[in-house]
Formats: sequence, structure tokens, C-alpha cells
Amino acid sequence: MNNSITQYFRKEMFPHIWCPGCGIGIILGSMLRAIQSTGWEKDEVVMVSGIGCSSRITGYVDFNTMNTTHGRALPFATGIKMANPALKVITVMGDGDCAAIGGNHFIHSARRNIDITAIIINNMIYGMTGGQYSPLTPTGKLGSTAPYGNIDQSFDIAALAASAGASYVARGNVFDVNQITHFIKKALLKKGFSVVEIIADCPISFGRINQLRTPVQMLEWIKSITVAKRVWEGLPEEEKAGKIPTGEFLDIDIPEYTEKYQETCNRIQQGRREK
Amino acid sequence: MDKNRSVRILQGNEACVEGALLAGVRFFAGYPITPASEIAEGMAVRLPELGGVFMQMEDEIASMAAVIGASLAGSKSMTASSGPGICLKQENIGFAAITEVPCVVVNAQRGGPSTGLPTKPSQGDVMQARWGTHGDHPMIALAPSDVNEVLHMTIKAINFSEKYRTPVMLLLDEVISHMREKVNIPTREEIELIDRKKPAVEKDNFLPYKADEDLVPPMANFGSGYRYHVTGLIHNEKGYPTSNNKEIDQLIRRLTNKVELNKKDIIIEEEFLLDDAKVAIIAYGSVARAAQRTIKLAREKGIKTGLLKLITLWPFGDETINRLAGQVDLIIVPEMNLGQMSREVERAVGGKCRVVSYSRVDGELINPLEILTRIMEESKL
Ligand SMILES: Cc1ncc(C[n+]2csc(CCOP(=O)(O)OP(=O)(O)O)c2C)c(N)n1
Ligand code: SF4
Repeated sequence: MNNSITQYFRKEMFPHIWCPGCGIGIILGSMLRAIQSTGWEKDEVVMVSGIGCSSRITGYVDFNTMNTTHGRALPFATGIKMANPALKVITVMGDGDCAAIGGNHFIHSARRNIDITAIIINNMIYGMTGGQYSPLTPTGKLGSTAPYGNIDQSFDIAALAASAGASYVARGNVFDVNQITHFIKKALLKKGFSVVEIIADCPISFGRINQLRTPVQMLEWIKSITVAKRVWEGLPEEEKAGKIPTGEFLDIDIPEYTEKYQETCNRIQQGRREK
Repeated sequence: MDKNRSVRILQGNEACVEGALLAGVRFFAGYPITPASEIAEGMAVRLPELGGVFMQMEDEIASMAAVIGASLAGSKSMTASSGPGICLKQENIGFAAITEVPCVVVNAQRGGPSTGLPTKPSQGDVMQARWGTHGDHPMIALAPSDVNEVLHMTIKAINFSEKYRTPVMLLLDEVISHMREKVNIPTREEIELIDRKKPAVEKDNFLPYKADEDLVPPMANFGSGYRYHVTGLIHNEKGYPTSNNKEIDQLIRRLTNKVELNKKDIIIEEEFLLDDAKVAIIAYGSVARAAQRTIKLAREKGIKTGLLKLITLWPFGDETINRLAGQVDLIIVPEMNLGQMSREVERAVGGKCRVVSYSRVDGELINPLEILTRIMEESKL
């Protein structure tokens, strides 16, 4: 058997479009190792993305794949999962894709607790369109549309997903590769809506304008702003500012949507037979 | 008598549900809106009984996305809405067009623009039906004019979407949606059902966007073992994004041509008393009902009038209209909009006869007498 994750690549699609030093490739590696560890067949895996650099992932992997419209990966994935619940459905989205234009779909997918794994590549910027600020750009950072510093507050995607009804929520960063692979694996195996947010570097669209020009500088900065959840909880309030906790935020077992739907169908069909 | 075959009094929206279920629709996603809600409500009752899926999504964008996803996974899928919701669906209607995913969108038209007239009929969305999503793309749109026809045209819409792998619009209006009429519900055996073509080649040789001679590529459902990529980017036969001029040109032309070159199969129209006519009415949807009465009234007055009732609005049936223009002196196009189809008729007529538009946009149906009055005014000239 081929143990390398390269078995999942569509080799004819390479070279890829990502910039040198981009974090997306590292995350793709983690995703594929996690998928490999589940033992799932390629035929049963469906990977759906929206639009953006992160969303280009689906073009390079040999599953049933879909590169949809900006922000809409989750409702497309929902239709697929409901039509064929046996399929293993994974979505991959950028931070703008998931939390701006797709924010409402994200909240409602969590609320339904449908058995889909959502991977969010949070590079804190609109990468593909050239560095406009996103709902995840930290306050004060620069973007091409925030030339005087971003005045918006940024979202906490993990807290949002947890409060909206998801089953599993974790956040990692592109620096701690083994940890994100572990989180993704748990998310894939979780019955219910599972979310893994990964803080990633975009040296081109985020780094350049924010004086983090090289991939190394960007990774070091990401390392400096992310703190393990345990440690973060013990920090005094003033030190929490500007820091992002990483770790598992939620891991619960609650009724899942496709199963609830099937139960409803069974109950109705049973009722009709008894009539 | 077969217990599935029945005569029932149904509302247009209910007939749409019956037609869709008969045609094999097993996935519906929607969002509430007047005057389309009864379609979702009917599906919410019926689909779980049949083991199908009904979902109320968070908005119309999501409904359209879910419908496309479900179709890719192998379900015949449908959504229904009205003006404001159809606007939101346009983004993903374009996605279905370029990725060639079969699906049906019902538009129970109400007055627009914007929130407009939620409880009044309109035909203001006929151009939106054709060109609502951006870029050159194919479109099939059907406009039934009575409840029985709603049932049959819903089946046709599903069949066309499967056959040509394209989104199909079913255009109702508030009157057709809500009025009740007698409907003959056929049995499964009595109707023709069309399913998407399956690939005939080995999995390794599968080119997901390589079309057959009919310009339609066979379609593999997700999970069937034919793994491929579906993207809203312009793509080549392999389904991969391309910036090659030749491949771009090929895709865009093929998408449009697979519908335009199959017009013979897709155009559905009916002719009434046209053989000796000197005046023709061209009408569709609920206005065609009024026009059917008008032609009789006009003949009583000695004006030889006939009706061409369009059911397929898109692709547009130029040929019949052009032929008709060589026979009649006057074509009158009554519509509940400011002449959207009348301009299309003028184009097809190509100057061969006079084309007059009769419009009503006040939320009221056009009645037979007003069309007659217009004909009398115009034929005096
Ligand atoms: C409806 C729509 N609006 C805008 C765009 C333009 N657009 C393409 S990618 C993108 C942002 C992507 O940013 P993000 O989701 O954060 O992903 P990244 O590129 O950073 O991975 C935008 C706004 C689009 N394709 N569609
Ligand atoms: S713009 Fe940023 S996110 Fe996009 S490929 Fe380049 S580095 Fe990666």
C-alpha cells in the first residue's frame, strides 16, 4: 500500500498556485495525513471549498471535489451530505470565505450540527484579492483597505461555532503541525459539525503590508500571538489582549442532523404503515 | 381504476409539488416567500414520507447551493421562490449552469422590483429568468398557464434539467400559483421520465466535461467511484481550471449551444385559430388564458384573430413567430410587464409585420376585453 500522502494528489494539477512560504501547503499536508489515518476510501470522501487561495485546495486532491462560490461551501456540502449521508464531507474555507460572506451559513451549519468537518484557514486577511482586511484581521493591523489600521473587532470563530451548536471545536496554528493533524483527525471522526480553525501565514498579502515580509518572520509572529488554552486561561486580562488561545474548545456528543432527519422519516413512514 | 391516478382539485403550487414528486424529485431546499411558500410546505409534508429530503435553509443562496450539492450526490433536486429570493439564487444558478448540474428553480412571480407586490401577479421576471445571472449561459424557462399544465410542465422541467444538465426555471405567477383547478394526476407509467446520462467509460478514462454528440457530457454522481472536480471557474474537459483561449471558447459556446441547438426538443408552444388569422396574439402564463377568450370575442366582431401561446419562453422560439409574421398583419403581445417579451417578438419578426405591446403593471390580471379593445384600436389603423 502507498503510505505517502502523495497518493491523494492530482499530480497533473501541479505546480500549484500558492506563493512560496504560504501556510496553506502545510495545512493541506495535515489534512491529508488526518484523512489517511481514518482509512477512508477516496471514493467516499467529498471535499468542498468556497473561493480564495485556501479554497484552491480542492483542485489538487483526488477525492470528489468542489470549488463552489465565495462563502457557500457549507450549504453545498449540506446538500451533498443530506442526499447521501454515507459520504464523508469536508469543507475548507478561508477566513473571509467562512466568517464574512459565509458567516451566516457557518452559524446555521453549526446550529444544525450536521456531520460535516469545517477546516478554516485563518490567515487573517483576504489573500487571493490582495490583502484587504477580513473579519479576522486583528484590530490595528494593516490591510490594503485598512491603510490607517483596522478599526474593526475581529471574530472569535471558535467561540462562535461553539455557541452556535457545533459538536467539536479546536484551534491550532500552522506552526504546530502535529497538533493540527491531531485536531483534524478528531474532527473528521466526530459525528456532528466539527470545526478546526488554523491560524496561518500569508507572507504576501498580510505579511508585506504588516512588516512581516518573510515566511519566517510571519511564523514567528504567529507563534508569539498564539498561546495554549490552558496557559491563556491563567493569564491576567491585560496580557490576554492581542493573544489567541489554541487547543480544543468543545468536544461533546449531541444529536446529529442527518440522523435526526432519518429518524423523522422513519417515524412518519411507520405511522403511515400503521394507519 | 389505478389508485395513483386521480382527478383532484389542486392549487397551482400543489400541482407543482405533485408533478415534481412524480418526476422523481427527492430533494427540496427552500426559504419561505409569498406566493411560493405552499410548494415548500407541500414538500415538507411529502418528501419525508417518500424518504426524500426537505430542508428549510437559512436563505435562498443556501437553498440554491444545497439543491446543487444534492443533485451532484444523485438526487433530482428543486427549489422554489419569488422575486426577492430569485435574486439571491442567481449567484448559484450561474454555478449550476457552468458546472452543468441539473436542477429546477420555480419562480412564483410577484410584482417587483424589490419587495414589490407580494400578493399580486406579475410577469416582470421573464428577462431575469434568461439573463439574471452574469455571463453567457444557457437557460430553459417554461411558463404554464393553467394548473394542469403546471403539473406537466414541472415534470418537463425536471426532465429537461436532467437531459441537458442545466438549471431550468419554471415561471408561475401569483394567480397560477394560487388558483384551484381540476387536475388529472397521471400515474408513473403514463409519464416519460428522463435521467441524466451515466458515464459509459472506465473510471480511469472518465473526462467529466467531455460532451457527447448532443453536446451534453455524461454525469457521474459523487460517491459513485468516478472522482472528479467541479468548479465554477472556466474549466477544460478534465474539469480543471483553464486559461487556454481555445478551451474557454469551447466551453462557453458549448454551454449555450447544447440548449440552442436542441430547440426543436425544448420549444413547447400551442396555436389556436391561427390558420386564417390576420391578427395574432402572442401570450404566455396567466395572460394566455385571457387571450384564449379574446380570440373568440374578436372573431365574433369579424376580426380573424388567433393565439400563439408560448410555454417555453427560453430558448426563444423565433422560428414560429417569424413564420407567423409572414401571415398576419399585426401581432399583439399582452404581458404583465412593460413589454419584455414583446421586444423579443419584435426581434424574431424582423420587420415583417407590426408588433404592438400591451402592458399592465398595476398588479391586476389582463382581462380578455382589454386585449380585444387594443386589437380593435390597432386594426382600425
Ligand atoms: C461573491 C464574490 N465576492 C467577491 C469575490 C472576490 N474574492 C475572491 S477571493 C476573496 C477573498 C478570499 O479571502 P479568504 O476567504 O480569507 O481566503 P484566502 O484567499 O485568504 O485564502 C474575494 C473577496 C468573489 N469571488 N465572489
Ligand atoms: S496570497 Fe497569501 S494566502 Fe494566497 S497563496 Fe499567497 S501567501 Fe498564500
